[in-house]
Amino acid sequence: MASIDYQSKIPNNVNLSDDRRLQRALEHWQPRYLQWWQEMGPDGIQEKDVYLRTAVSADKDGWAHFDYVKMPDYRWGIFLSERDPERKVNFGDHIGQPAWQEVPGEFRNTLRRIIVTQGDTEPASVEQQRQLWKTAPSLYDMRNVCQVNVEEGRHLWAMVYLLHSYFGAEGRDEAEELLARRSGDADKPRILDAFNQPCDDWLSFYCFTMFADRDGKFQLHSLSESGFDPLSRTCKFMLTEEAHHMFVGDTGLERVLRRSAQLTLLDPSGDARAQGGIDLATVQKFINFWFSYCLDLFGSEISSNAADFFAAGLKGRFMEEKNYTEHTALGQEKLVTLFKDGKFVDESVALRNAMNEVLRDDYIDDCANAVRRWSKAVKDEGLDFEVTLPSRRFHRHQGVYNGSFFDLQGNPISEAEFNARKADWLPSDADKAYLRSIMHGVYEQGKVANWIAPPRRGINGQEFQYEYVKL
Amino acid sequence: MAHDSAHLDLPPVTFDTSPERYHHWKLAVDGAVATLTMQVDRDAPLRPGYDLKMNSYDLGVDIELADAVRRLRFEHPQVRCIVVTGGVPKMFCAGANIKMLAGSAHGFKVNFCKFTNETRCEIEDATTHSSQRYIAALNGTAAGGGYELAEACAEIYLIDDGFSAVSLPEVPLLGVLPGTGGLTRLVDKRKVRRDVADLFCTKAEGFRLRDALKMRLVDGGWPKSKWDQGIAERSQKIVADAGGNQGEQGIALTPVARTQVRDGEIETLTWPNVTLRILHDKRWCELTLRGPSEAAPASAAGLQAQGATAWSLQAFRELDAALLDLRFNYPKIGLILLRTVGTAEGVLGHDAAIAQLRADGSWLAREIQLFQSRVLRRLDNMSRSMFALIEPGSCFAGTLLEIAWSADRAYMLDDPDAANSIALGQVHAGTHAAHNGMTRLQIRLYGDPDGLAKILAMHGAVDAPTAEQLGLVTRAPDDIDWEDEVRLAIEERVSFSPDALTGMEQNLRFAGPENCDTKLFGRLTAWQNWIFQRPNAVGERGALPMYGHPQAPVFDWNRT
Repeated sequence: MASIDYQSKIPNNVNLSDDRRLQRALEHWQPRYLQWWQEMGPDGIQEKDVYLRTAVSADKDGWAHFDYVKMPDYRWGIFLSERDPERKVNFGDHIGQPAWQEVPGEFRNTLRRIIVTQGDTEPASVEQQRQLWKTAPSLYDMRNVCQVNVEEGRHLWAMVYLLHSYFGAEGRDEAEELLARRSGDADKPRILDAFNQPCDDWLSFYCFTMFADRDGKFQLHSLSESGFDPLSRTCKFMLTEEAHHMFVGDTGLERVLRRSAQLTLLDPSGDARAQGGIDLATVQKFINFWFSYCLDLFGSEISSNAADFFAAGLKGRFMEEKNYTEHTALGQEKLVTLFKDGKFVDESVALRNAMNEVLRDDYIDDCANAVRRWSKAVKDEGLDFEVTLPSRRFHRHQGVYNGSFFDLQGNPISEAEFNARKADWLPSDADKAYLRSIMHGVYEQGKVANWIAPPRRGINGQEFQYEYVKL
Repeated sequence: MAHDSAHLDLPPVTFDTSPERYHHWKLAVDGAVATLTMQVDRDAPLRPGYDLKMNSYDLGVDIELADAVRRLRFEHPQVRCIVVTGGVPKMFCAGANIKMLAGSAHGFKVNFCKFTNETRCEIEDATTHSSQRYIAALNGTAAGGGYELAEACAEIYLIDDGFSAVSLPEVPLLGVLPGTGGLTRLVDKRKVRRDVADLFCTKAEGFRLRDALKMRLVDGGWPKSKWDQGIAERSQKIVADAGGNQGEQGIALTPVARTQVRDGEIETLTWPNVTLRILHDKRWCELTLRGPSEAAPASAAGLQAQGATAWSLQAFRELDAALLDLRFNYPKIGLILLRTVGTAEGVLGHDAAIAQLRADGSWLAREIQLFQSRVLRRLDNMSRSMFALIEPGSCFAGTLLEIAWSADRAYMLDDPDAANSIALGQVHAGTHAAHNGMTRLQIRLYGDPDGLAKILAMHGAVDAPTAEQLGLVTRAPDDIDWEDEVRLAIEERVSFSPDALTGMEQNLRFAGPENCDTKLFGRLTAWQNWIFQRPNAVGERGALPMYGHPQAPVFDWNRT
């Protein structure tokens, strides 16, 4: 293909115009990426102007630029947070060595797997959400899903940048594979299960950005501690964008809950559905589903991979440098509650092997904060309803609880009991059909669908009624 | 019961199982196609102390596989294609269980690997000789022993799901070797180029379909949506190429039962045709085979009616059971004295009947001969000293004479007052090849081709002096010397270093060229055994104990 004007087409701070290896890889990959975006990105809105944020530098102030842009023209850039020349490996067996600027040979495969697994989630979510804009409850929300999608696309670029720059031919192959897998495809599914679940209604979208992107936050944080400096710097910058995605989910759910509370109060028999809204019980079911599915993303409670990643200095804990004083994690243990032969057993696990669970603990705390805020929002509307998170044992498909059955409080129950209560705890086909029946796109400036409250404020200081998408 | 097993407080290992009792495999037979599905019950390890996670296996899993492979030949002879596949999501088989290996005594690991190797060879034997073609349908990742199992199959298919891969991660991940022929079959059987094989064996995560196909690691594959159809079409084609379902009726492999009596230091295990008398304090045993007492079957129908009770089958099944008992449950017994009781005519009569029925097209006669060959090879592979004692009343004739030639030495009593002879039969010319593809007679007379030709032209009884002169036995002491010479030989033998003896015997037993099987049992096993003893593998900070633990292994970087 004709040479690319790198500086203007691909904003970057990785000296792309002088990096022939990266240029060669991208020249091959970029057309395929654009083809993938056309095939699997938001469907039918590619030619519209959307008010989008574009990352243009890694400066803490003014890193982003807002303007109308057609998504295929979005300038997917490559940014790493600033390099600290003094940075060291801060945990694991190699603690104190200078941070690696190149991949150490013995960790090459492991690192590539980490990067591929993380990278695979980025295009997956775009694929899961490609029809969503059509049923957006407002132009504001429509713009948000587009924003989330282009930035997931950029995060894919970020991971592909690492694969292209540090992993040679194998890295280039893996980058191609990232475009070949498809969310939910029977033949070439995405690597992680939660990214093969359909996300075709807005309640699922808010849950996804709340819970799955929050998993992303914790994964990115633990990778930003990595002794492999380019990975660390890449993830740090991704986190700045990821914050908005979680904001969309967190406030989206809060808006749904507030509106559900209003409609419940409005209806003479307290039935939000009778008012064309979503009842709180249904919202709670979606929270149960997505929270439990996203807990699986952290991996098994006892994991030799997790231990290896930590030992090698590739993946640390959440805020490893800030929150911990001891960074080898040796000679320490963590109690993990196993469920064996129908009984709970507390097992002492070497801390390094329990790193997945350590990260999951932090994630659960973070989710619990949001849930408290939502409950308060519902109460502020005048309704006495407590939003809750299910037990970490509920509805799990990975790890030590997989294969056993638990209620929302985490008490063991039989498979038959679980199946009998399933429709009370998790979204049913009828619930999903109901959501589809009330979710119609609202394309008028300043208007919002009946089932959700408007946001408290708009994007980039604009009003809610701003024309976020020019349809 | 006192016990020499590596696990002192545990019951002995038993090899007696059947499909309705399997924990880990499902055997489904549909006409000429059988499906063997590996679905390991993680909570049913053979020994406590590890979970059989991710379709990993231990000896218990492999005992069931061996049973299924054997039953397919005898109970389902009409089967032409066996599809070996996985029954858990995303993982065909993760190989031998690492925690099991790390926690096992060295001798147990060696015998575990030897048994699994013999089972893989048995799979190949079925493809080569019984027109039972195994295809590996890898519907998930096949790692380590999982890929080795696939390599034992005639064809390998890998699902194309962007995830599943084939790999041999032993070197990069565990600091040991694939122990079930993985390396040898790669270059010798699948003829993967050696440098390509080097890349494969050092990449822990392995290769997915596209690359695996290019590297000849697999023979094909399909995406998930076309997978079942692809495997079904391939297996139907295999059946058609083999002439379709011939409708052979199988026989039931009834259990091989034994009794066990312990009297002080002497323990006796008794089967109908085999007696194993173990002298615990002396560290040797007597293994006695009884020749047939009834006439040989005269027709294919007669043989079919006898089924598992046909002497040629039953006696060798019992011998097989006794050998496995010795390997796993009596590791301290260093010397096996091989004896026979019966008439040479009886053995030669049964040999001749089976050979004739096989020539006339009896599948069962064929299977019996092939089975006898495999048991004889298992005997060759015993890491124990073996002396055959040929005395009056014995029946070292035909197939049973092969046993004497499998032994490290054969002593034959030259007694002027009691007739004592061995008897040559038809089977020595090529019926029962050893692992290297040669007959035991060829190996024995590797340096004497003229003598070999002369012997092959002979039939029937050979007395002791002639046998010694022809090189068919080691020594033929007379009645005055016999007792002392045999006693001294035994006492001397059990006094030597067991390790040195194992190494010496394995070096001397297999003269002649190598092939895939001999490399596998000789070269591979020897290296694996060495590596398995080294601190880099099993030391406190060796790769095996550190696997799955929070710290990385520490290696001694000196190369030898």
